Amino acid sequence: MGEISVRIENHPVLEFKRGEKITFFFNGTPVECFEGETIAAALYAANILDLSSSRRFHRPRGLFCAIGNCSSCLMEVDGVVNVKTCVTPARHGMHVCVQEGKGDLL
Amino acid sequence: MLKKNGVACKEEYMEKLPSDIRKERGPFAMIECFQRIPCDPCFYSCPIKAIKPMSDINDIPRVDFDKCNGCASCVVKCPGLAIFVVDLSKPSGKAILKMAYELLPVPAVGDEVIALSREGKELCKAKVVEVRDGKINDKTYLLGIELDREYIYEARAVRVVDSDGK
Amino acid sequence: MIYTDLMIIGGGPAGLSAAKTASDYGINSILVEKDRKLGGQLVKQTHRFFGSKKEKAGIRGFAIARNIESEIRKSENSEIWTDSTVLGLYEDGVVTVLRNGRMQKIKPKKIIAATGAFERYLAFENNDLPGVFGAGAVQTLMNVFGVLPGKKVLMVGSGNIGLIVSYQLIQAGAKVVQLVEAAPEIGGYLVHASKIARLGVPILTSATLKGVYGNDKVEKAVIHRVDERFNPIDGTEEEIEVDTVCLAVGLTPLNELIRMAGCTMVYSGELGGYVPLRDEFMQTSINGLYCCGDASGIEEATAAMLSGSIASLHACFSIFPSIPDYQEKMQRLQSSLTELRAGPFGEKIRKGLSKAVVIKNA
Repeated sequence: MGEISVRIENHPVLEFKRGEKITFFFNGTPVECFEGETIAAALYAANILDLSSSRRFHRPRGLFCAIGNCSSCLMEVDGVVNVKTCVTPARHGMHVCVQEGKGDLL
Repeated sequence: MLKKNGVACKEEYMEKLPSDIRKERGPFAMIECFQRIPCDPCFYSCPIKAIKPMSDINDIPRVDFDKCNGCASCVVKCPGLAIFVVDLSKPSGKAILKMAYELLPVPAVGDEVIALSREGKELCKAKVVEVRDGKINDKTYLLGIELDREYIYEARAVRVVDSDGK
Repeated sequence: MIYTDLMIIGGGPAGLSAAKTASDYGINSILVEKDRKLGGQLVKQTHRFFGSKKEKAGIRGFAIARNIESEIRKSENSEIWTDSTVLGLYEDGVVTVLRNGRMQKIKPKKIIAATGAFERYLAFENNDLPGVFGAGAVQTLMNVFGVLPGKKVLMVGSGNIGLIVSYQLIQAGAKVVQLVEAAPEIGGYLVHASKIARLGVPILTSATLKGVYGNDKVEKAVIHRVDERFNPIDGTEEEIEVDTVCLAVGLTPLNELIRMAGCTMVYSGELGGYVPLRDEFMQTSINGLYCCGDASGIEEATAAMLSGSIASLHACFSIFPSIPDYQEKMQRLQSSLTELRAGPFGEKIRKGLSKAVVIKNA
């Protein structure tokens, strides 16, 4: 966990201009990624696939739509719950945690 | 069966060929487009207007084989990567096939590759004889391979053998 | 309250084309996009576009988006708001937008809703396991972030999206182990299917996904055959080892906003679901409110660009009737769209449109 993997280095058509390397924290553990990546994409690249769990049976949930429509990726970010991690850019020093249930906004 | 698995059968692709005399005379384009779809870049891509004009952009393109010189300009412009240049004019029992290539790794001239059929099955070994850089064509390379004549109408893709022999 | 001539909701191909047309005539416009970047689904399209050379055929999707955006940005009359979400479209013509953490209110003279579509889902056992993605997510991971979604993929759906994303997966270095299609024939363009077949992707029709299995993530999938009525056939199960399942099973128009405004909607299975009733200029039952692109009916990017231009041209003309060559330009756009839809692939669209288009008397 935490190492950068499965990033495409060479692509026949696309060029990936990655930003600076930054580090954020997932449940306390440091995760390295590139600036510009969303939290969910960075976690996926670090082989962290479980982002939340279902309400009743606690089944693991991960990225599904990656565009902010489905709510599988809601996590607590820097103390704020229900953040759509698939459309939120990761920032250096951010604290990302798996949230329990619906999260408490107040 | 084209509509079931994307693989054209002999009757279908043989219709895209010119006369036997023309086949032996020099390279020509073979447009493996079998369905009416709204698309016309091939017509505009030919510098000598060897692709017949379409009355409607859904028309299936047809090659004027008297004009076509096998330059392969159309091969790298077709959005469906459906055009191939076939060259049977070499006397040695070998033929040359040119196709669009948009994968990695890009082979080099002289490399050995494996020619694949329309179903992705390995057919034979082939040698790369031409690599036209994709930079001029927005990353679509033109790949020319030399292979045994008997496979010229079946080989339609390549597997590049990398340094590990895979 | 912010006042403007034209507000365009959505920065995908339809919205971008609408904004470009408005900028051609110096009409004041605001283009609102909820994502950080413009382009919608175009930014993920690495393949060369079909259609007519006149309408950007042969150019890769992401380049089309970039080109149109740079043209819009040259105009002083065109404002672009990204990271801004339209919250509501009210019956009095006010639009509320969440921007920079604050709610803004805008009253445009004309509104063009180009809100696109969302992906359909499929019911199968363990369909919520991590590793099951919509096709859009696979494209986002691969083509926007350069992250490989998986090494061994099962693709479900043989429409153009399923076929194209399979090819993109191969380009990115993944292996598409199988493609299944529930209908008896391939749904998308056969050239796309041939492209992946010759790279070794087996395409199986009259087959679908029964379930996926694994501890915490996809480790294998089970497919089975179906009959012409899509009923599974017992005893035809087949297990495939995959780590990713990609669902490309269709799109549905995203049109909650225009429904909120009170547009008359009509159901068309051919167009993907509920779509607004509209005239030949994409104007809905509400005067001054237009809808174009996939939000008005699932089609594809070239049609979206044309319908966006048509809506915008008409909207601009109704604000400033002195636009030069209006009739000629409108005529050209309409005939391009008609030509695009004239072939066999357009048949379904034409059928759907016959339910949704009402030609107003001049």
